[in-house]
Amino acid sequence: MKYMMFVCTDTEPDTDPSPEADIEVWVEENDTRGRRLDGSVLGSRSSATTVRVRNGQLLVSDGPFAETKEFIVGYDLLECADLDEAIEVARAHPMARGGRLELRPLVDL
Amino acid sequence: MTVHDTVEAAARDAYPRIVATLIRVTGEWSLAEDCAQEALALALQRWPSDGVPANPGGWLMTVARNRAIDQLRRAAVERRKLAELIPQEPAPVEEPVVDDRLRLIFTCCHPALSLEARVALTLRTICAVPTPDIARAFLVTDSTMTRRLTRAKAKIADARIPYRVPTGRSLTERLPGVLAVLYLLFTHGYNGYPAFAEEAIRLARLLRELMPGQPEAGGLLALFLFQHSRREARVDDEGNLLTFDRQDRGRWDQEMIAEGLDLLGAIDGDGPYTLQARIAASHATATDWPFVAACYDRLAELQPSPVVELNRAVAHSYAFGPQEGLALLEKVDLGDYSLAVAAEADMVARSGDRVRAAALFRRAAALSSSEAEREALLRRSNDL
Repeated sequence: MKYMMFVCTDTEPDTDPSPEADIEVWVEENDTRGRRLDGSVLGSRSSATTVRVRNGQLLVSDGPFAETKEFIVGYDLLECADLDEAIEVARAHPMARGGRLELRPLVDL
Repeated sequence: MTVHDTVEAAARDAYPRIVATLIRVTGEWSLAEDCAQEALALALQRWPSDGVPANPGGWLMTVARNRAIDQLRRAAVERRKLAELIPQEPAPVEEPVVDDRLRLIFTCCHPALSLEARVALTLRTICAVPTPDIARAFLVTDSTMTRRLTRAKAKIADARIPYRVPTGRSLTERLPGVLAVLYLLFTHGYNGYPAFAEEAIRLARLLRELMPGQPEAGGLLALFLFQHSRREARVDDEGNLLTFDRQDRGRWDQEMIAEGLDLLGAIDGDGPYTLQARIAASHATATDWPFVAACYDRLAELQPSPVVELNRAVAHSYAFGPQEGLALLEKVDLGDYSLAVAAEADMVARSGDRVRAAALFRRAAALSSSEAEREALLRRSNDL
């Protein structure tokens, strides 16, 4: 089962002072085990461009679709047996504490 | 016992087992529920004339499984599912390590589902409570509740929530969530839907039986039993809720209390539910205030909350004197909560300051939203 994991910021990050997980270690481990298929950090929101077509007319605008306090800063495409495994992969990601992660199953069409 | 009662009793026991097994084998929740329901309907139709079979649960399981086979055949789904269902002769001795009902409980109570969906799914799928009854209890329309259940089942399938009992650290993390669903079910039952309280007790019993290594399951069951033992004594003839000290102890269910005490006697641990059960046990017999105070001290460490702190202060005031209680109460922020003001009034009265106590009782009465409580508080104010 493929899960898209959105890496997001959060206005209330963890306050636990213990050292945070190392992203390199996380990537390395999940790549080796075949649980991470792809992933990347996204460019800043100021580099975002929104595209719409309305009545055949192209509308291009600067900035992200929605201005929110919490936003997506990266993604990882996971391959896991089920949601519980995906949750275990997500919890070990440093942004589970620094921000939040959203797991969305990919739909086979 | 009428045939209807026999079917009911057999159903209550067999239903979750049938649904849980069919879900594991077919992976289809609605099919599992439909087939289990049909088996029950057939039993009600046949048993009055044919007699009740020697093994009612086995009979129901066979009928439900055959229905499932029929339906899957008709839908011509994969052979694999069929193959798993068909072998009816000496079932392979591959004894399932985990009871299917336990898988069902953990899946219905998965934290990836909303709390309201968990409660609804538990009532519908495990306890077979009709959807309209659940809807009424949670003050939503039938169609809203149907959608909620459909969405929850769709999420289980789409996000692939596993049909599995977690192990190790995950079990420790997930069990409190399961117990919380049962607790919510119970309190909902307590507040007007007694059938839900009975279901919660049944589920807690099942959980304790299936997870003997988890003391909190027994602690929760014991807590339910102590609270439920007072169900007849909780309201007066006019339907007003009675506080503990005003209840007629003669109407407490002693059998339930005895069972709760037995359960607690076998538990060696102090999880939050076990602690609450120990407190309830003490009140149900002869309140040992220093012991109750110690339980609240521990509970405040495990699950700090203003209400726990309030109860802790009250326990300390009875165990060690009103001044001790007042000192603790000072540190609790409960705002204008009538019970907190009433507790303070009681402590002040016991410490001898009658004028201030009377004023506090009047203030608590003004804050109270219950007519009966208001009257009781004003009476105490006037008595000073």
